[in-house]
Amino acid sequence: MVSIVLDQVGVTLGRRAVVRDVSAEFGPGTLTAIVGPNGAGKSTLARAMLALVPVTGQIRIDGIDVAAMLRADLARRIAYVPQGQLLHWPLTVERLVGLGRLPHLAPMSRISNADTAAIERAMQRADVLHLRDRIATELSGGERARALFARALAVEAPALIVDEPLASLDPGHQIDVMDLLRAEAADGALVIAVLHDLTLAARYCDRLLLIDDGRVVACGTPAEVLTTERLCAVYGIDARVDTGGAWPTITTVGRSGR
Amino acid sequence: MKRSVSRPLLIGVLAALAVVAAIASLLVGAVNLSLGRLFAAATGNGDHIASIILFDLRLPRALLALAVGAMLGLAGAALQGYLRNPLAEPSVLGTSNAAALGAVAALYFGLAQIHPAVLPLLAIGGALLSLGLLFLLSGNAESPLTLILAGLAVATLAGAGISLALNLSPNPFAAMEIMTWLLGSLENRSFDHLWVALPCIAVGSTMLLWDGRALDALTLGEDAAQALGTDLKRTRLRLLLGTAIGVGGAVAVAGAIGFVGLIVPHLVRPLTDRSPSAILLPSAIGGAALLTLADLGVRIIPTTSELKLGVVTAFLGVPVFLLHLMRERRLW
Repeated sequence: MVSIVLDQVGVTLGRRAVVRDVSAEFGPGTLTAIVGPNGAGKSTLARAMLALVPVTGQIRIDGIDVAAMLRADLARRIAYVPQGQLLHWPLTVERLVGLGRLPHLAPMSRISNADTAAIERAMQRADVLHLRDRIATELSGGERARALFARALAVEAPALIVDEPLASLDPGHQIDVMDLLRAEAADGALVIAVLHDLTLAARYCDRLLLIDDGRVVACGTPAEVLTTERLCAVYGIDARVDTGGAWPTITTVGRSGR
Repeated sequence: MKRSVSRPLLIGVLAALAVVAAIASLLVGAVNLSLGRLFAAATGNGDHIASIILFDLRLPRALLALAVGAMLGLAGAALQGYLRNPLAEPSVLGTSNAAALGAVAALYFGLAQIHPAVLPLLAIGGALLSLGLLFLLSGNAESPLTLILAGLAVATLAGAGISLALNLSPNPFAAMEIMTWLLGSLENRSFDHLWVALPCIAVGSTMLLWDGRALDALTLGEDAAQALGTDLKRTRLRLLLGTAIGVGGAVAVAGAIGFVGLIVPHLVRPLTDRSPSAILLPSAIGGAALLTLADLGVRIIPTTSELKLGVVTAFLGVPVFLLHLMRERRLW
């Protein structure tokens, strides 16, 4: 069973402490959203879990310190879609999704049948089979988000970390992406998403990790984390939190008079 | 959907083109030898003059064109992939210029006359020195822009050194000797040159071909590439060392031949799936074919003194820039 444990994690970029003393645990079959204002350290925390930045404290995946892990080992355990994912060459969707198999391939080796099957499965799950021969850089925003997501799924890692997957998507495509994330968690994956839309996070996620200024402010179910007082303190907004429905909905009224 | 050709077909056609170009290169030269005389010489039954022309003049020249062209094409393809910049080629990192500076130093100080191996060795030394400087300047940064800026600094410094040598050269003949060498040529090369260049090119190209997968991963940017298991530091070391050794060896015997590394990846890319790894081998074979054809061209095109190879490749480089310009302006 996959698990990610953060033990008093701190990240300093340049001279600024971006993440401070964060401890948290993530388990299989759950969809967790990391939420917080701009500059709170959400993306840095996600990058820390992939050993992309030097950390103090310890991050363990399946009990092993990620700092001591080989990159290829880590790559087979966590699939990652960075914020604002770029594509530098005009690859076809199928070729793009195939990049997800790189952690499983030795240098100079050929792609195996198992790899081809994984690519097919990933394209099917993300519903991009019909786009396979299209050039990925020429897709619409919604198609592109799904293609990049399929690339991450092709890794077939037990854990998946996506950074702001909803950026520049319309409401319909936002729901599509959240459905995909939800489905992965339902199939037993450990899924962590950095999100800005609190209502979507509340609706889809099992847990929220609210951070501000690099520190954990609250962690728990959406109903536990999202309170009027916290939203005021963290985001500086007056918001109405309606807990009457199946999930909390947040209506922003305006800037709070700080 | 964009067209692409199956990989074995592409490699087969390019290899056939390189072989045909090399055979043509054996047939053409200052002395007009009939096919029959050449064939007899090749099988060991020919006359003495034909044998000398074939084995001591034309064969090393043809083989060097293939090897140098392959190295330059491959280095261009690998650097374009690594820097994610379609305009990258070995000169962007200062490698070619620094190798040229090493050779120019050998000519300027008269060291080249001591032993034929001095000039190529100094050229290779120049390339390796530039690599050290490049690492010093770019530090641990992984962004392509930092590396390009550092490369430009190294290239400019080496270029300034070459200008200084020309400026201070004691007489017009010394300056002419340097200029001639800078234009790049495969004229009058022997097997000794091949034995200097070939080991460097073999080591360099192996290192560059090794990292195809990492280059593919870099299509997604540094973070995603690392998250896919790429060790960026090692990739960078292998790639830059491979370029310095290989291109250093190529420049050491052929002079500063530019633009092959720029042109060839552009020609083969549309025929592949456009991933960086897919253009590596075709660029090497295509580079071999292109440089051999260009070297054939300098012998066929009638001019009062033989055209220099670097001049021809420079003219071939212009359309590539124009094509990019037109795409950028959406004229094509």
